[in-house]
Amino acid sequence: MSTDVDAPVETGRAGPPSGRTPRFVVAALVAARNAWRQLTSMRTALVLLFLLAVAAIPGSILPQYSVNREAVDRYRAAHPDLAPVLAKLWGFEVYSSPWFAAIYLLLFTSLIGCITPRLAEHARALRTPPPDAPRRLERLPHSAELAVADESAARAALKGWRTVRREQPDGTVTLAAEKGYLKEAGNLLFHSSLLVILVGVGIGAQWGWHANRLVVTGPDQAFCNTLQQYDDYGLGPQVGPGDLADFCLELTGFKADFRENGSPISFEATTQVTDAHGRDLGSRTFAVNHPLRLDGANVYLLGHGYAPVLRYTDAKGVTQQTVVPFPFTDATLTSQGVAMFPDANGGAKDAQLGFDGLYLPTRDKAPYAVSDFPLERSPVLVLTAYRGDLGLDAGITGSVYELDQRQIETGRLKRFGDAKLLRKGETWTLPDGSRLEFVGTRQWITVSIRHDPGEQIVLVGVILLLVGLPLSLYGRRRRVWLKLRPDGTAQAGGLPRTEYPGFEDEFASLVERWRR
Amino acid sequence: MAALSDNLLIVTIMSYVVAMLLHAAEYSFGGRGVIAKAAAAPARELVGAGGPPVVEESPYAAPPAPAAPRRRINAELIGRAAAVVTAVGALAHVGTIATRALAAGRVPWGNMYEYVLAVTLLGVAVWLVTLWRNPQVRHLGLFVMLVEVLLVGVAGMVLYTPVGPLVPALDSYWFVVHIGAVATSSSLFLVGGAASAMYLVRSGYDAGKRGFLYAFGARLANAEAVERLSFRLHAFAFPIWTFGVTAGAIWAEAAWGRYWGWDPKEVWAFISWVVYAAYLHARATPSVKRSVTAWIAVLGFVTMLMNLFGVNIFFTGLHSYGGLD
Repeated sequence: MSTDVDAPVETGRAGPPSGRTPRFVVAALVAARNAWRQLTSMRTALVLLFLLAVAAIPGSILPQYSVNREAVDRYRAAHPDLAPVLAKLWGFEVYSSPWFAAIYLLLFTSLIGCITPRLAEHARALRTPPPDAPRRLERLPHSAELAVADESAARAALKGWRTVRREQPDGTVTLAAEKGYLKEAGNLLFHSSLLVILVGVGIGAQWGWHANRLVVTGPDQAFCNTLQQYDDYGLGPQVGPGDLADFCLELTGFKADFRENGSPISFEATTQVTDAHGRDLGSRTFAVNHPLRLDGANVYLLGHGYAPVLRYTDAKGVTQQTVVPFPFTDATLTSQGVAMFPDANGGAKDAQLGFDGLYLPTRDKAPYAVSDFPLERSPVLVLTAYRGDLGLDAGITGSVYELDQRQIETGRLKRFGDAKLLRKGETWTLPDGSRLEFVGTRQWITVSIRHDPGEQIVLVGVILLLVGLPLSLYGRRRRVWLKLRPDGTAQAGGLPRTEYPGFEDEFASLVERWRR
Repeated sequence: MAALSDNLLIVTIMSYVVAMLLHAAEYSFGGRGVIAKAAAAPARELVGAGGPPVVEESPYAAPPAPAAPRRRINAELIGRAAAVVTAVGALAHVGTIATRALAAGRVPWGNMYEYVLAVTLLGVAVWLVTLWRNPQVRHLGLFVMLVEVLLVGVAGMVLYTPVGPLVPALDSYWFVVHIGAVATSSSLFLVGGAASAMYLVRSGYDAGKRGFLYAFGARLANAEAVERLSFRLHAFAFPIWTFGVTAGAIWAEAAWGRYWGWDPKEVWAFISWVVYAAYLHARATPSVKRSVTAWIAVLGFVTMLMNLFGVNIFFTGLHSYGGLD
């Protein structure tokens, strides 16, 4: 973005007037050059900046796939007419949409077109000594007549300035001094760092990946970093399933602390990490704000809850045990879930068992509907049994957190006995003589596992940006000249090259030091 | 402690209201003020009409000739009083926040109420420092105090949240750095935005506009000086804002696993950054009119307000610590 707007747009003959070059080629070259000048002009940059700001707005109003997939699904269900149109316009993925990309890519092109010539210009300026004093210093914005006795003292006053001494044929000595090169250097650094950030973001998008899953405590619930193990995941276009870092993770413990009013104090997960070769990396803890940083991926703690352990013994005496994570519905961890035993009673289609459960970590009086505290002080499990066809083989992937309501409505899955309230260790005998034991509970956590190889590059870019920005904003380029005549009189002149209200004072104090 | 904090908040608001009224009075009764200018003599009669025929002590009873210079002195006094009352309000404001911090035992910007209080205190501090260094822009006080009264009032009446501890997600030193930088830059943008608005009024007046707001420009400080002040405030704020957003990104990486995720708060932080970047570019471009630049600055502050109120109230996102339901 060059500092002067309205780059001159040439309409007439431009380029070398060559008889051999066909007219239309010249015209095309002129058009291309004019287009480039337009694109790299400050006015275009300003318009693009505003477009970028405006284009970002819809992404904060409409739900975004990249932020909250469920919110998009809810929105689509609620607005069946509008949603397909919005989807066509990338309304649910604004920040990866072609039109958003078009704006920032044009902006970056404009930026490159602007800073490249300025880089060359600044490199030249750094090599070129300050120019000689103009003939008539009194015409500069700041000038003074004075007497200087000693040239070396005058030079000493210019410490920190880039100074050049020139001797004229008539014996006059001029000192030309310049300061504030860092302003332009900072400005160029700032704009270049934006390119570094763009590259870092691009690398992250191409080679990064992330995945989410729920983990229950215990060695039988450990998992390894492979795609099959994840509830949902997103891989960058350059990432294959085999590129994921090799490690396995077992949740060995989870500790949550709450105040008496139920507000949380801290969460901490303890894990046992092994690499792909079974080498033990030891016990590692992580918490909110303190992720588990492993080689090639970071593990972030997102949520937690309880997973009741249930043991079912059918009428024939066959026992099965299951650990079912219950999602919570409120801050006191009132949790709801379902336990299914499709193989009960020999796996007969009409004799499968399902239990609808409500788990309250703390509740000791009726009604047993809401937990009083998020920790297990007086845990209780309320179960409702269903018997029949669970509908698991229908080929439709249902929720693992609730029973198939269609099966219940159509009568293929029937309520089996009354609801039952169980404390830990208690056993419930059902009408057919089968038994369900509430063995206990385990903890579960949800984790996000992420790898972003562009992160370090972005960080470097941001640091460069933060260095360049103040230099660019607060730097002041200025020149001063001192003309020492052979008769002992002298003339001083000063020229601020950027807006600098304080230059008058600086010039005055410089002249004062020269006078002494 | 918590109750003391709530009482000090009332003192703060009252002080700011009084300061704002004093600034308005300074404007109205100043030597070049609308009332003094339009009707010096009728003012004397007005007092006499309802009261006793002649009141010796009343300044309005003085002979018409010395009336004008005397009013000028009064306006000067009123303006100084406004600054003093502002400073008193700022002290009460410090007390409000300090007692709240003591009551909660943590940094006092854990929810939207506290955050708005912190930003407005910093805004008043920025304003007082600005006033100290540039006494000629005192009229800007009316603009600044108007914004302050509105924001502190909204904080006290709408956003108020009882003293409480922090949620674990906020338990990080980045919380201090991120919010501290964002609040500091926001307060600078607040005063800078007020200066830009004042510039627009004054330069509009200079250009011959006499509409409702522009008529007000008659007694405002020199347009160029206000514009320069506004630029310096914005140039000071922008790197701090950039740093604040960066600190937020570093924190987000540790807390949520990604440094940038287009959460509504992040979207609007980005929008503000882009608008203020546009302001600085426009300001550095000689051919862009200063009034256009000033409008961009005002727009920038509108995006900041949108991020503070709009995003916290209308959108749900990860930055939902407002304490509002």
